[in-house]
Amino acid sequence: MNLDPKVPSGPLAEKWSKTKFDYKLVNPSNKRKYSVIMVGSGLAGAGGAASLAELGYYVKCFCYQDSPRRAHSIAAQGGINAAKNYHNDGDSVWRLFYDTVKGGDFRAREANVYRLAEVSNSIIDQCAALGVPFAREYGGLLDNRSFGGAQVSRTFYARGQTGQQLLLGAYQALERQIGRGQVQMFTRHEMQELIVVDGRARGIVVRDMVTGAVETHLADAVCLATGGYGNVYFLSTYAKGCNGTAIWRAYKKGAGFANPCFTQIHPTCIPVTGEHQSKLTLMSESLRNDGRIWVPKKQGDTRAPGDVPEDERDYYLERKYPSYGNLAPRDISSRAAKQVCDEGRGVGATGLGVYLDFAESIGRLGEDTIREKYGNLFEMYERITAEDPYTVPMRIFPATHYTMGGLWVDYNLQSSIPGLFVLGEANFSDHGANRLGASALMQGLADGYFVIPYTMGDYLARTKQAPLAADHPDVRAAEAAVAGRTQRLLGIKGKRTVTSFHRALGRIMWEHCGMARNAADLKAGLAKIPPLREEFWRNVTVPGSGDEINQSLEMAGRVADFLELGELIIRDALERDESCGCHFREEHQTPDGEALRDDQRFTHVAVWEYQGDAATPVRHQEALTYENIQLATRSYK
Amino acid sequence: MTVSALALRANATFIGSTVGRKVVMAVTGAILIGFVFVHMIGNMQLYLGPEALNHYAVFLRTFLHGAGIWIFRAVMLTAVVLHVWAATTLTLDSWAARPQGYRLWEPKESTYASRTLRWGGVLLALFIVYHLLHFTVGSAHPDFREGDVYHNVVAGFQVWYASAIYIAAMIALGLHLDHGLWSLFQTLGLQHPRYKRYIRLFAHGFALLIVLGNISFPIAVLTGVVK
Amino acid sequence: MNLTLHVWRQQNARTPGRFVTYEAHDISPDMSFLEMLDVVNERLIEGGEDPIAFDHDCREGICGTCGVVVNGRPHGPRERTTACQLHMRSFADGDSITIEPWRAKAFPVLKDLIVDRGALDRIIAAGGFISAPIGSAPDANAIPVRKVLAELSMDAAACIGCGACVAACPNASAMLFTAAKVSHLGLLPQGQPERFDRVRAMVAQMDAEAFGSCTNHEECEAACPKGITVETIGRMNADYVMASLTVGRRAARLGDSGGG
Repeated sequence: MNLDPKVPSGPLAEKWSKTKFDYKLVNPSNKRKYSVIMVGSGLAGAGGAASLAELGYYVKCFCYQDSPRRAHSIAAQGGINAAKNYHNDGDSVWRLFYDTVKGGDFRAREANVYRLAEVSNSIIDQCAALGVPFAREYGGLLDNRSFGGAQVSRTFYARGQTGQQLLLGAYQALERQIGRGQVQMFTRHEMQELIVVDGRARGIVVRDMVTGAVETHLADAVCLATGGYGNVYFLSTYAKGCNGTAIWRAYKKGAGFANPCFTQIHPTCIPVTGEHQSKLTLMSESLRNDGRIWVPKKQGDTRAPGDVPEDERDYYLERKYPSYGNLAPRDISSRAAKQVCDEGRGVGATGLGVYLDFAESIGRLGEDTIREKYGNLFEMYERITAEDPYTVPMRIFPATHYTMGGLWVDYNLQSSIPGLFVLGEANFSDHGANRLGASALMQGLADGYFVIPYTMGDYLARTKQAPLAADHPDVRAAEAAVAGRTQRLLGIKGKRTVTSFHRALGRIMWEHCGMARNAADLKAGLAKIPPLREEFWRNVTVPGSGDEINQSLEMAGRVADFLELGELIIRDALERDESCGCHFREEHQTPDGEALRDDQRFTHVAVWEYQGDAATPVRHQEALTYENIQLATRSYK
Repeated sequence: MTVSALALRANATFIGSTVGRKVVMAVTGAILIGFVFVHMIGNMQLYLGPEALNHYAVFLRTFLHGAGIWIFRAVMLTAVVLHVWAATTLTLDSWAARPQGYRLWEPKESTYASRTLRWGGVLLALFIVYHLLHFTVGSAHPDFREGDVYHNVVAGFQVWYASAIYIAAMIALGLHLDHGLWSLFQTLGLQHPRYKRYIRLFAHGFALLIVLGNISFPIAVLTGVVK
Repeated sequence: MNLTLHVWRQQNARTPGRFVTYEAHDISPDMSFLEMLDVVNERLIEGGEDPIAFDHDCREGICGTCGVVVNGRPHGPRERTTACQLHMRSFADGDSITIEPWRAKAFPVLKDLIVDRGALDRIIAAGGFISAPIGSAPDANAIPVRKVLAELSMDAAACIGCGACVAACPNASAMLFTAAKVSHLGLLPQGQPERFDRVRAMVAQMDAEAFGSCTNHEECEAACPKGITVETIGRMNADYVMASLTVGRRAARLGDSGGG
């Protein structure tokens, strides 16, 4: 497997501008002769499709939702980072770069992260020009807040709906191109197979989710911007439809899968209430700016939160991490919450929860200020829990939220299959082993607006491809595979529902490969998945037919892939015998419970290569070299 | 760059668009509301006796050497025709927009006035025909005397069912105005959140004023206040 | 809780539908409305029946995918709440619940409670954007925006495109949806250059999609899960009038060659 990261030479700060000059260009009049497929319509997908179309390429964009505006980027609440330094508080491209690499526990590629920090400013400019109604100061200039483990105010936001507004900006840019006929949009279409001919990605096979028709679309290049695979845990903050099918199909066609075990658990979600729970709702991390996290000092303390006197409360984040306090990074906060719950000090009926208390800041700033800042989040909380967070502390608990792992890509966002580009959360990304708050939106838009337009041009300009016949054997084979799979799922006619399998898989993943991992648990989990998968293919029931809207069939296809992907996640977690970022191996910790990296053995990206369903995948490595920064132990104390 | 998508599509006509026809509704509605108000004020001269009212009638007929009333009638007719045309086409469009209704429907913000606007309009159209035949042409009047408006009013309203029709029609008019007047502001975008409730109050007050003013005439006749 | 559901079932866009009654037993008040449907569906699947098809995705009230009429109210009885955020504690044990799809000619039913809302996307494609090619933007702080305008714009931009306004409108009008986008972009300085072309193009597309027209019932505002107000409609109307009055100004100028 070719894992050349293609990182340009030269000083870090000049790599991207130098590369942009080195890229070959496509003659403007030739651009319309090229077609590009974009799967996904989130920030990376819609942004990429719009910018490629603007350049003049013909783009086909696909999404499983009924409108591109519904991609799950829309749910991001807190904000988007940029190194504008509008607040004169010492921010810079370099600092954003450094914070991101450090936040990712030194498991990200230096050059990619630097480029991300570099284009972050252009993103804000572009979004403002597209009409994103960012929060403003009274003077009319952009407002910022500090967010998720940053010591500077670099987060731009639009109330608690930043993701929505950024996505609508990209969606509107995309719709504009659809109106011009430069993009053809396929909603309610789900990618089922990648077409690779002569080693290059040339198209996809999709299922029209309304008619059930299996359609083939060919192009000069394929981009996947299909988001993360966190739904492998069943309960997560992802949308119900989010899935790993597109990247999993690509993996099975030869694309390397990087760091699958890097799955982020977000510390501030609304706790589970019962077996019926279908998803978890995030409470924006921005709440941690004004909320204080605590649990009772005593085990099994069932008093109402208001009855616990101040000196019997343990503000554990403030105690353990005095300099960051309640703003400690996500992995650290999540793990701390798990720890206190494991000690029997969790709150709520299930004991799986901690308080996020606003009493102090309401007292200091007044209820109106808090309402102005977080009104919609408080309302959302009240809606779900029927508790009023202005008077009773919120209860929160960690939940799966993001996957830093994904398909391996080089500096040009190209996967190990030439012609297959991967954008946004779907790639293994720039976040290393842990993503900082407000960085996902930044990465999605960076990839879509500012990276893929350049790298795609270079690929197309360098690649001479003959037109592909629709009846090429590789195309036919991909179509047959899709049809066969659908028939197989419909034909099992077993006893157990798709959801029950998904829930069982999620439980295995959460218990064996959750916030804290160890070899014994991982091995046990690894042993549990194949029998479940075997039962799935023998005993699942999928009612209805393949030629209509069939939501059970859609879910069945996704869960079938999760049943394979879950195994790879655990395998990767087992092999990565160190603690880093989100990946906390209990065997590797300091005496006071902090993560202990093993830079000697694991300063690399683990890239998995598919070897067939029956064989164990092969683990490759892309060594990470740090020329510009010193590897250090992350400390937020 | 290329031709903007905007320029390509912005070729629908104002009058053909839903918003354009709503504006027609609003503008003609404003004219008709103005007329209703002036009509009522003018008729208040009923209380000043036969002299005043009949003189007023003469003035209206001879205004601008007799051309005034025809100009006025032309404006009114145009306004009514446009108002009815816009209402009819918009209503048909709206009905077509929901071929299948709901089994269960729970209105929340709409009012009796807003929901009866259309049928109230139809009733008013019928009433205007009757009103013209009654007091202008006289064919629907038991004892019509050309030129003696005061007599015609008193004699006309002494027929109890004629008065009942007028009272009922004025209540319909009140409901129509209550929602119509508010809608007018909304349709023309003459709005501000701060003044919304005042516009509402104004619409309520104005509608009430018209209803009370106009039904005072038949009631005054029936109770013998005006003979 | 035990509930009786009357649910609209329709195989596809071509076949007529009908109401089917289901008993939903042992429903927890902590469930969301959609989780209640999940539970009913799991039981249907286990019994070998076709589950009720309904649209949903994020389940946190922001993607705008879900939306059904519950007992005569779009998204159910709670104000400013999407169906996915509606919880069963809003109902009482023994309640009868009628569940219908959005009803509008422009929203054909695809299956059961799923409708096709592509018309809303086409309205956006017609003009609901600012033409700012990627990479061409000036510094974000180069154009200050009055805070009050930014806030008003954000109020309108909060629209999630769920279509409840259309479902709620006695005329099946999409004016609140269209006006929200016209307001969002038209209030910002960045949106001024295209402001009048935008409103004309979007209204033309809205009309072409066979939505009804507004009669100011304000049912849309009452149903909107994001609290978008009818002031946006007033704003759109005013812009539309201004746009119509000034259209053709450029063409009317003598000696304008249309540029090189």
